[in-house]
Amino acid sequence: MADFLSFRTDEASQEPVVTLESFGDQSNATAVRIEPSEDARALLPFLDRISLVEVSFPAYTDGRGYSAARILREAGYEGELRAVGDVLVDQIAYMRRCGFDSFKPNAPLDDADVEAAIARYPDVYQKTIDGRTPIWAKRHESA
Amino acid sequence: MKILTANDLATGDVVWWAGDGWSRLLAQAVDTASEGDAIGKREEAARHVVSAYVVDAEMTADGPRPAHIKERIRGLGPTVRPDLTLKPEAGDLTAWVI
Amino acid sequence: MYQYDNYDQAMVDARVAEFRDQVSRRLEGKLTEEQFRPLRLMNGLYLQLHAYMLRVAVPYGTLSGRQMRMLGHIARKYDRGYGHFTTRQNIQYNWIKLSDAPDILADLASVEMHAIQTSGNCIRNISSDQYAGVAADEVADPRPWAELMRQWSSFHPEFSYLPRKFKIAVIASPEDRAAMRLHDIGLELVKRDGVIGARVFVGGGMGRTPMVAPEVNPFVTEDEIIAYVEACLRVYNRYGRRDNKYKARIKILVHELGVEEYRRQVAEEFAHMKALGLNPPREELARIAAYFADPAYEGGLPDALDRSDPDFALWVDRNVATHKQPGYAIVNISLKPIGGIPGDASADQIELMADLAERYSMDELRVTHAQNIVLPYVRKAELYALWQELHAAGLGEPNLDLVTDIIACPGLDYCSLANARSIPVAQKIAQRFAGNGKDAHIGELKLKISGCINACGHHHAGHIGILGVDRKGTENYQLLLGGSGAEDCSLGTITGPGFDENGIVDAVEKATDLYLRERAEGERFLDTYRRLGMAPFKEAIYG
Repeated sequence: MADFLSFRTDEASQEPVVTLESFGDQSNATAVRIEPSEDARALLPFLDRISLVEVSFPAYTDGRGYSAARILREAGYEGELRAVGDVLVDQIAYMRRCGFDSFKPNAPLDDADVEAAIARYPDVYQKTIDGRTPIWAKRHESA
Repeated sequence: MKILTANDLATGDVVWWAGDGWSRLLAQAVDTASEGDAIGKREEAARHVVSAYVVDAEMTADGPRPAHIKERIRGLGPTVRPDLTLKPEAGDLTAWVI
Repeated sequence: MYQYDNYDQAMVDARVAEFRDQVSRRLEGKLTEEQFRPLRLMNGLYLQLHAYMLRVAVPYGTLSGRQMRMLGHIARKYDRGYGHFTTRQNIQYNWIKLSDAPDILADLASVEMHAIQTSGNCIRNISSDQYAGVAADEVADPRPWAELMRQWSSFHPEFSYLPRKFKIAVIASPEDRAAMRLHDIGLELVKRDGVIGARVFVGGGMGRTPMVAPEVNPFVTEDEIIAYVEACLRVYNRYGRRDNKYKARIKILVHELGVEEYRRQVAEEFAHMKALGLNPPREELARIAAYFADPAYEGGLPDALDRSDPDFALWVDRNVATHKQPGYAIVNISLKPIGGIPGDASADQIELMADLAERYSMDELRVTHAQNIVLPYVRKAELYALWQELHAAGLGEPNLDLVTDIIACPGLDYCSLANARSIPVAQKIAQRFAGNGKDAHIGELKLKISGCINACGHHHAGHIGILGVDRKGTENYQLLLGGSGAEDCSLGTITGPGFDENGIVDAVEKATDLYLRERAEGERFLDTYRRLGMAPFKEAIYG
């Protein structure tokens, strides 16, 4: 069982994480947490100095964090993107597709379950920023 | 009286707390007094049932009659398909439901 | 019609395996009900009043004979011998065991079907025109776009935990047979300077706050529809209300922001998304469209019919629609026998319809949002033989669009959300009007009944709508007049105080009697209502 999971090759960030509100006042902060109601785009001017964004999931049913993650990745953010809170195994594959690469769940996750969940679907129907080739593109790849 | 209803976790069948277990027959429902919620939580935790809840009912000659039409239909089956109710031989039981 | 390739099949098979795993984790106690509920809902499995209910997707309402036969098989093997066709062109089964659900999904997957996203706060089954591909007035067959969106919306990683459910309809005719503007997103394909694109309507819906969707974009070219819809959804996912489930649908967001501001935000997001390459290439649409190409129509078939059997002639006049191809007809099979349960069909009937589709309709059927079935490719010369078989099986009711062709949700007989029963009211109205013969005099009248404010029975969109409510523990029915789900979309208005079950039947008759007295030449009930207004109807009903 794991209470932290990372799919990154580098070390997980240990930087102190500040709220979005205080991030604006602390020009030296490199790790920030955003809540579901906060606008991920507020971070875009600062992406070059951020090494960790925590996206909070107070309840797994609140899907705003998926958009927040994609927005950051679409803007070119390459640092650690961590889903924190009510993170369950059945949502992890979708979170991966939206760009999350580390997870800090409230309740520990079974590693084997996570592995199975991520490997479950052989392909994807949509293009996101995770680099996977969508089915529609595979169908028309020149032989 | 207060009776406790739920659905069987695996089959989905409507069930009623009969004192020492669950019954599909509303007639076997017992008064759970103030214990219904606790029994329901315990039985959900044991994965026997899902969606347990307590309803008001009155005892009649035919057994407990839930106070609300929703649980009376739950206890009987769809009024528009008497053949699929728990008492198909009784024919149209709409009058009992309403 | 569309056929899965290995990719599609693998995705659906994976879903079956995933749900099998989730069900066993639930039964073993590794998932709580709270954790399991959204997972089962995303596979269409509800816990209803009597049992689990499984809703199976019928993408844009199109089925092959083999698929329809499987629906009959499921009804027989896993349910109690019947199924219920819904107002979203799907089918649901009322008596499913949780432990059987994975096997049912596996059976469905064997005929390229699934129950993916037929519930939950995600993008639901894409609905469309039941006459797609055979209507004379369409710009293009809308189903290739619907299939493109089915794939795009399946397992969408960003939009699976939306504030609330999300329904999309695609049509391509000026005549709206799919209640397009009562969807969260309605797309109407149109042609501009030879280019196909979509008029995009966002924020329609029924429920407790019914709204007709405003137009958000007059023309999005066909190559950019996916990115545009994705932008519409992202704005909704980020800013749709999550504090109150009754205000969480996109219609509330569009209404609260105002359509101008919503349009602006979508345009901004769209400008961003256009650069991401989200749209499948044109070759992919062409690949899908090839499956929906016209079948091999025979030329030179006769259009003339032998109308000497009056029962047959009546059925032709009422239930058969004009086909774009000479010699062919579109047949509507009414699932509204007088006194029956709207939308229900027995396993025998489902299997017979599968059989008839194979023999008479080039192996294809459609499910309509009015809970009927369509055979889209019938040779006129074979109509009589087809009708005889339908008639013998109780499927020949000649009442399409009449007051007896009632849309009704399952209501309190089956649904745990309902406040009142819908089906008995539908039965009594149909029996009253068929019994006194007024159904034929009245002509087109769309009557729609919901057993609660969630409006699965589309009561807001009925020329006459009925809403069941709970008044101090007894069933009570409110009457609405003047709604329409068609191209003249409008929302009904409540007449006044509600009625009991017999009272509502009387009230409907009083309203239609007024119509019969007052109608001008060629007017439908709806037209007369619109001309006269509510006052005389109120007087007739309550006076």
